[in-house]
Parts: sequence; structure tokens; C-alpha cells
Amino acid sequence: MIYQTLLKEFPYLLKGVLVALELLAAFMSLGFVIGILLSVMEVYGNRWTSMVAVMIERFFRGVPAVVLLFLFYYGLSDIYNISAFTAATLALGLRTAAYQSQIFKGAIQTVGSGQMEAARAIGMSKVQAIWSIIFPQALRFGIGPWSNEFASELKDTSLAYTIGVVELLRRAKYIVSYTYGNALIVYGLCAIIYLILVRSGNTILYRIESKLQMPGFETRRERG
Amino acid sequence: MSLLKVDDVYKAYGDLLVLKGVSFQMEKGDIKVIIGPSGTGKSTLLRCLNGLTSPDKGKIWIDGIEVTDPKTNINKIRPDIGFVFQNFNLFAHLTALDNVSIGLVKVKGMKKSEARVLAMEELHRVGLEEKAGSYPAEMSGGQQQRVSIARALAMNPKLILFDEPTSALDPELIGEVLKVMIDLAKGGMTMLVVSHEIGFCRAVADEILFLDEGKIIEKGHPSELLTNPSYQRTKEFLNKIIKLYGEERDKA
Repeated sequence: MIYQTLLKEFPYLLKGVLVALELLAAFMSLGFVIGILLSVMEVYGNRWTSMVAVMIERFFRGVPAVVLLFLFYYGLSDIYNISAFTAATLALGLRTAAYQSQIFKGAIQTVGSGQMEAARAIGMSKVQAIWSIIFPQALRFGIGPWSNEFASELKDTSLAYTIGVVELLRRAKYIVSYTYGNALIVYGLCAIIYLILVRSGNTILYRIESKLQMPGFETRRERG
Repeated sequence: MSLLKVDDVYKAYGDLLVLKGVSFQMEKGDIKVIIGPSGTGKSTLLRCLNGLTSPDKGKIWIDGIEVTDPKTNINKIRPDIGFVFQNFNLFAHLTALDNVSIGLVKVKGMKKSEARVLAMEELHRVGLEEKAGSYPAEMSGGQQQRVSIARALAMNPKLILFDEPTSALDPELIGEVLKVMIDLAKGGMTMLVVSHEIGFCRAVADEILFLDEGKIIEKGHPSELLTNPSYQRTKEFLNKIIKLYGEERDKA
């Protein structure tokens, strides 16, 4: 009985996967750009820019994700008519930006100050040196930890459930509601879908990491 | 007009006064070697010359342009001042060829293909054409240092600063780097070298500057300063490095 329902509702669930992936793409891109900005402000900025970056990073790492979601959705709704999807993008995007900034900061520091000095010594500006010398190396050091962050954020798309984004988990919940039960089977299927998504994501990132391998950058992990 | 003029340069790190009024000049084609005990500011002095460090006091001119003037765009002058680091600092993600050509592309705005042709010539000059496609991690220390010299040469500098270029090398690799440096010197390059390689001094140096406790205590042609130093401190120091480095490597 429930299996027939699940079969029938599978496209409905898959649409939830699509919504989750869209959300993930939106807030991970936001987090990537802001995360790089924060890390550069922290490592290369002056006292003030680095202090601002640290404060932003501490705030978004120190507040629970659900609280951030409520703040950006219900909180902002008071002054601006914000959609649940946009609120989730902002809340989760800024949170992952804080985590990603820590990854990039560590990666940049792994590159070593000699690389920056050598770049400046042949006449590159600071921005040129960061872009052409530091980033390409930091990316290689950072992709391993970044893959972990990616997997954890993929799972955390389900938190958007709490403010009403109709993603995978909420759709599962709807099915549970109208079939009066079967929670174990429906949420179990949901778990399997998340698992498959995380594993495929990691496999892709692992391939990219392998492609970026070169002499002097053997950062490859044991398993993807 | 001197190619390099250093006038009364002071530099402190916190309470530690490293340079206490250093002055000297270099003309085009000069080869000068700075020697002195560790911690006396040799590297700091070199780093002041290309603006990697700013002096607290004093002025520095390269070919008539004041490096220490805050209005000077240091990025425009740096290609004229080659800098060879003790630890090579080759760009780890780039091949030898790209290490040499990247400055031409990014700083001088040259086309990639043209830059590569020029870079190949510089690699040939240091005898490493066959390593063009190798990454730094695939090369020996001596090879890396030669590539880093090629990287400095590619920018067509007016002078090159060498900061202990052989100190990080295994003894058997020092000769190949010194040979490249001696060839450069004989080719007329202006060079300021921090090094304790007495053999190099004897072979090509016009003048040795003995830096101790942040000041140039004594200077002179290698034939005088090495054999007949005027100060006791210079004498003691020379004895130490000769014992450590040996005279024999002179013939290298």
C-alpha cells in the first residue's frame, strides 16, 4: 500500500531533491564568495578589516542554524517581505561563509609567506599575487576540508524545513501526514536519498581533487 | 649617478635595532658581497632595498628613483631589482618555465607565447632547459635556485640581490649555483650578494662589506680584506668562516 504511494509520489520527492540542490547551490556560492572575502580580509587586511571579518565569522559560527533561519525569515519578514527560500539562502549562506573562511584562511596560511614575497619581488601587486600565486595553491590545500563542509551543508539543507521551504524533508513529511503513518518507511527513504546525494557529491569532489594533484601538492585523502 | 645609493639606513624590529646607519653605493657592473655574523641585519638590509621591508630612517635610491619615498610606486621598480631568496621561493604550483615567464605576463603584460620564448632563453642561460616542464617539487635545491635566478633575470633587472643563495643547499649542490652566479658576474650584471662563499668573493667580487651589529665596519677589495683585515673583529670572523667553509671550495 505505502509502497504504491511512494512509487506514485517519487517524482514529488525528487522535486524536493531539486529544491534542496537549488538551495545548496545558491547558498554555497554565496558562502564561497563571502568566505574567500572574509579569509582575505583576515589574513591580508589591516587591523580593522581583519577585526570585522573575525566578528562576522564568530557570530555566524556561534549561533545555531535554526536560530539564524528564524532570524532571517521571521525576523526580516517584519520589515521586508522575504521568501523562505531567500531567507534560507542568506542564513545558511552566511553561516557556511563563516566556516569556509576558516578553511580558506588555513589553506592560505599553508601556502607560506615566501610565495607572497617572491611574487611581490618580481613586481606583482598584492591583488595580483593573491590571485595568481596564492589562490591556485590554497585551492589545492583547501579542497579536502571544503568537501567535508560541502557534505555537511548538503545535509543541512533539511533545516530549511523549519521555515517552510518545500524541500525533500518537508515533502516526506507531507506524505507521512496524508498517509497517516508509515513514518519509518518514508523517512527511511528520505535518509537513503540524502546518503546517495552526499556520497555522489563527495565522489565528484574527490575526482576534482585528484585532477588538481601535482608534484608538491599531494593532499589526497585516503578515501573520498 | 650611482645605480644604487644607500644613505644612513636604520631599521628596528620592536626594541631590537637591526640596522644602525648603513651607507654605501654601487655603480653599474659592480659586484659586492656582504659578509657578517648572523643577526647583524644582512637580510634586512637587502629586503629594504626592494621594499620588502621599509627602513625606519634613511634613504635608498635605485637608478635615481627613491625607493623609500612613499610616493614611489614600488611595484614599478621591483622588476628592475632581481631578488634571489635563500629558500628559492619558486611558485610551487607552476613549472620551471611558468615560474620564469609569469612575471613577464602579469607584470610586463607580455603575450604568453612571447614570454615563454624569453623564459626558455633564461632557463638555457642557467643550464636548465630540459627542466622547463618540471615542478619545483621535482627539482633539486640547486636546480630550484638556478630557476629562481632565471626568474629574476627574465625581468631584465638593473641589479640582482642575492640573500644567502647557497645557504639552504647541500654542499654538493652549491657549485652549480655559484657557477651560474660567476657567469652572470663576468657577463657584467650588477650584483649585491649576501654570502660567506669566500671562493665566490675571490673570483668576482669588487668589494666585500663586513657588516657587524648593524653597521658596515670595514670594506675593501677581497685581496686586501680577506688577507689583511684592519679590524680584530673582521679578522676573527674571517677565521671562523674559513674554518667552517674552507678555502678549498674557492676552486669550485
